[in-house]
Amino acid sequence: MESFVPVKQLSWSGGAGGAQQSLAGVLKPGPPRPGPPADHVVMRSPLRNQLLLSAGCPSRTNLVYLDSAETLTTFFIGAASLRQSIDATESDLSVTTIYSARKIITMNPARPYATHVAVRDGRILSAGALEEMQGWGDYMLDDRFADKVLMPGLVEGHSHTMEGSLWEYVYCGYFDRMDPDGKVWPGLKSVDEIIERLTQAAARLDEPTTPLAGWSLDAIYYGGRRINRNDLDRVSTERAIGILNASGHILNVNTKALQLAGLLKPGINHPGIPLDDEGLPTGEMKGPDAMAPLGIHTGFDRDLLACDEPGLRRFARLCVRTGVTTAADLANMLPDGAVDMMVRVTAEPDYPARIVSLRRFYGLTPAELIDRVLELEKRSQQNLRLGIIKVVLDGSIQGFSARLRWPGYYNGAAEGLWYVPPEHLQEIYERALAAGIQVHTHTNGDEATELALDCMETSLRKHPGPDHRFTLQHCQLADAAQYRRIKTVGMCVNLFPNHHFYWGDQHYSITVGPDRAERMNACATALRMGVPLAIHSDAPVTPLGPLFTAWCAVNRRTASGRVLGEHERISVKDALRTITIGAAYTLKLDAEIGSVETGKRADLAVLEDDPEAVGGENLKDVRVWGTVQGGRIFEAAAI
Amino acid sequence: MPLPITIIGGYLGAGKTTLVNHLLRHANGRRLAVMVNEFGALPIDEDLIEAEDDQIISLAGGCVCCSYGEDLVSSMAMLATLRPRPDMVLLEASGVSFPGAIAGTVGLVPTYKLDGVVVLADGETIRAQAADKYIGGTIRGQLAQADMVLLNKTDLIEDDDIVRRWLNGTSGEARIVRSMYARVPFDVVFGTIWRDGKHGVEVADRYHADGYETLAFVTAPGVRPDQAVTVCADATTGLLRAKGFVPRPEGGLAQIQVVGRRGEIADAPAGAEPGVVCIGLADQINRAALAVLADDRNSITERQAS
Repeated sequence: MESFVPVKQLSWSGGAGGAQQSLAGVLKPGPPRPGPPADHVVMRSPLRNQLLLSAGCPSRTNLVYLDSAETLTTFFIGAASLRQSIDATESDLSVTTIYSARKIITMNPARPYATHVAVRDGRILSAGALEEMQGWGDYMLDDRFADKVLMPGLVEGHSHTMEGSLWEYVYCGYFDRMDPDGKVWPGLKSVDEIIERLTQAAARLDEPTTPLAGWSLDAIYYGGRRINRNDLDRVSTERAIGILNASGHILNVNTKALQLAGLLKPGINHPGIPLDDEGLPTGEMKGPDAMAPLGIHTGFDRDLLACDEPGLRRFARLCVRTGVTTAADLANMLPDGAVDMMVRVTAEPDYPARIVSLRRFYGLTPAELIDRVLELEKRSQQNLRLGIIKVVLDGSIQGFSARLRWPGYYNGAAEGLWYVPPEHLQEIYERALAAGIQVHTHTNGDEATELALDCMETSLRKHPGPDHRFTLQHCQLADAAQYRRIKTVGMCVNLFPNHHFYWGDQHYSITVGPDRAERMNACATALRMGVPLAIHSDAPVTPLGPLFTAWCAVNRRTASGRVLGEHERISVKDALRTITIGAAYTLKLDAEIGSVETGKRADLAVLEDDPEAVGGENLKDVRVWGTVQGGRIFEAAAI
Repeated sequence: MPLPITIIGGYLGAGKTTLVNHLLRHANGRRLAVMVNEFGALPIDEDLIEAEDDQIISLAGGCVCCSYGEDLVSSMAMLATLRPRPDMVLLEASGVSFPGAIAGTVGLVPTYKLDGVVVLADGETIRAQAADKYIGGTIRGQLAQADMVLLNKTDLIEDDDIVRRWLNGTSGEARIVRSMYARVPFDVVFGTIWRDGKHGVEVADRYHADGYETLAFVTAPGVRPDQAVTVCADATTGLLRAKGFVPRPEGGLAQIQVVGRRGEIADAPAGAEPGVVCIGLADQINRAALAVLADDRNSITERQAS
């Protein structure tokens, strides 16, 4: 016997465009679905219904008016009070919501697809067909996602919450980029366009001397023309102006900024400060030491990598817009003050993402680092995970500071830089293995990867660490032989396919040359070897967006349209697995997140389009409605 | 007066920490400010530490220590504002960094002046390190950027001549100073041999027992400042440091300073008197080469006799 409770027509503000949609309108002409009519919210289990009624609980119809994000909150409050009131009579009853969907891609190998997902207590109770879920007792059927495609909440395995902090400044990038409000800032295709946007931003500042800061300039796209101080002087000669390069390693400034820093003078002899014909700095400051004297004058805070509260909030809103429910913040110094703030903010009832923040090896000895990370681990909570170490071993390929094996850089640039001595890496690996702490190691160049592998082999002989999941981050230039070793020592890789799109043409022609450019970020080799694989954006270096990153891994297309490494392309299915359960595995969270199956957190990416149906070419254009995180619903258009 | 800064480089285990402590113990009233890369492994002996706060550690004898981390420029600027002002700064580079790159950055901070780059080498392991497949290039690069190489732990090697010859081929023009436990005179690291712009001829030959020798002379008429620098900085002269005041052909005095292979000329402060003071290893100073500069050649040969 079944008891159906008919409810009135539901409507809510939804969809990417924020247009008013009626549920019925959305559903028509949807495919036939098993179970009861879709515009009905159902509570089942007559026995429990009787218990509810006999306990004098609110009428069941009170539960079902899910017509906006606001009433959703009301719903949760209502649900909580309901639970309280029934606890007295039946302690094992909790509210179950079943969402119907056009399609659910589960990443559960035992049942890869589902039409419904049941959520209870912020976790997945079941994913399958509605009729299979009847045995779990009372539920509410929620059809708001009936026309959506659901995936496990996307996992960004390597980003920085600094992406949220940077939106404080003027976006000056060459490519279109979405801000935390969902506004897409068009890419700036000429120096004039850069000047125009900065001039508009300057007009909004009150004081004529207030500094103006921008970010994400990519000088390689302006026909070999460097941006100099004379360009930026067109915006203002009164206020200091500084524009951070996309790589984060160059700061372009105007004349006023140089004057304030006392550097508008002849006779400067520094490799990071090019001079003009008159012997004065051009305004291009390369490298942290050359940038530092200008930073304070141009409005950049001293330490951009330090996590700030508004930035952490903005970052989470970007997560919702890109379908991300868990993001790794890969290189934080995590001082106590920042940790206190992160603990507080991520515990707020409406904070929509889980942040995994790694403690970077810096300022402590390896022994102190282990103690510190064990301490941090104790402060982990549902939406803030601490207790992993990050080591930065070398520099970047486009900055020619990555450590490459023979024959080195294609353009003959000198060998790159070590940021950590091999002895320290070795000691960290040994101590971390002994203490059961996971280590993620940044290795851009293949020599850095080689060193990490050597250290890993030595360390494992001393401290066998089953399931250590030490992960090589970027690992961009590893060759097949290295992947075989990576497999043998049980490491994971988190590759950086976004590089192909943004800098692939430069890698082909300048940095590493054709052969190695085509093997960069060898996703197919990693999968073939059985190496656990994640892929990442390194936001803010490239924009946060796992579906875009997946597109890069599937197509390996450069900005100019070249397919860079046809044989290292991976399938859409593999790419989607990689941005969910694959990335979760590298964070040791695959038992909690990364798939839609019983027991996992109720983390879902809610998509307007089916990423498996749009074709690999269009993967980056899949529209994101929002997310469900821990059972809480976050609509991008309303966040 | 610009604040002189000496950069100490060298790989892990070369003896940088030992050197820092040795210098702090021999500062002899001079306020030495030590900048370390990071506080993690604080390279200061505990008995020297008087007080700690977030930014600065106060040390015995008016010395201080601070960590510069990833913001060298700001830390240098902060140190220069301390009152009382430090007399000189010692910057300890991290084991994998290139002291030459740091030297370039020093020029970006007003009120500072690079004094010299001293790179330590572990006499026992330096050749193996320089051949290492991972760090070899870094080690060789550090040595090539040195004004002076401190070949340390010579007590652990049987024949340091072999290492010295090898170093000569690797570090170019840099002077090589042998040491045990990084015991090297303060004046060699900092060029403080000449003080207050006063005539230095009476400088005591106080390092003689350690194998060092100091010389002082007044330049002969017609010797230009650039000639004096060229001779003093020439490897065959065998000096580690020279400092003093030499008349300019057009009138007035120039200040010359030589650290190993590095030499420079600046305006002399008011009240300076002509004269040059040098320090070198007793068995390496080439007096004949220096004699061409001296007004009274006997002053040099006489000192040799003493």
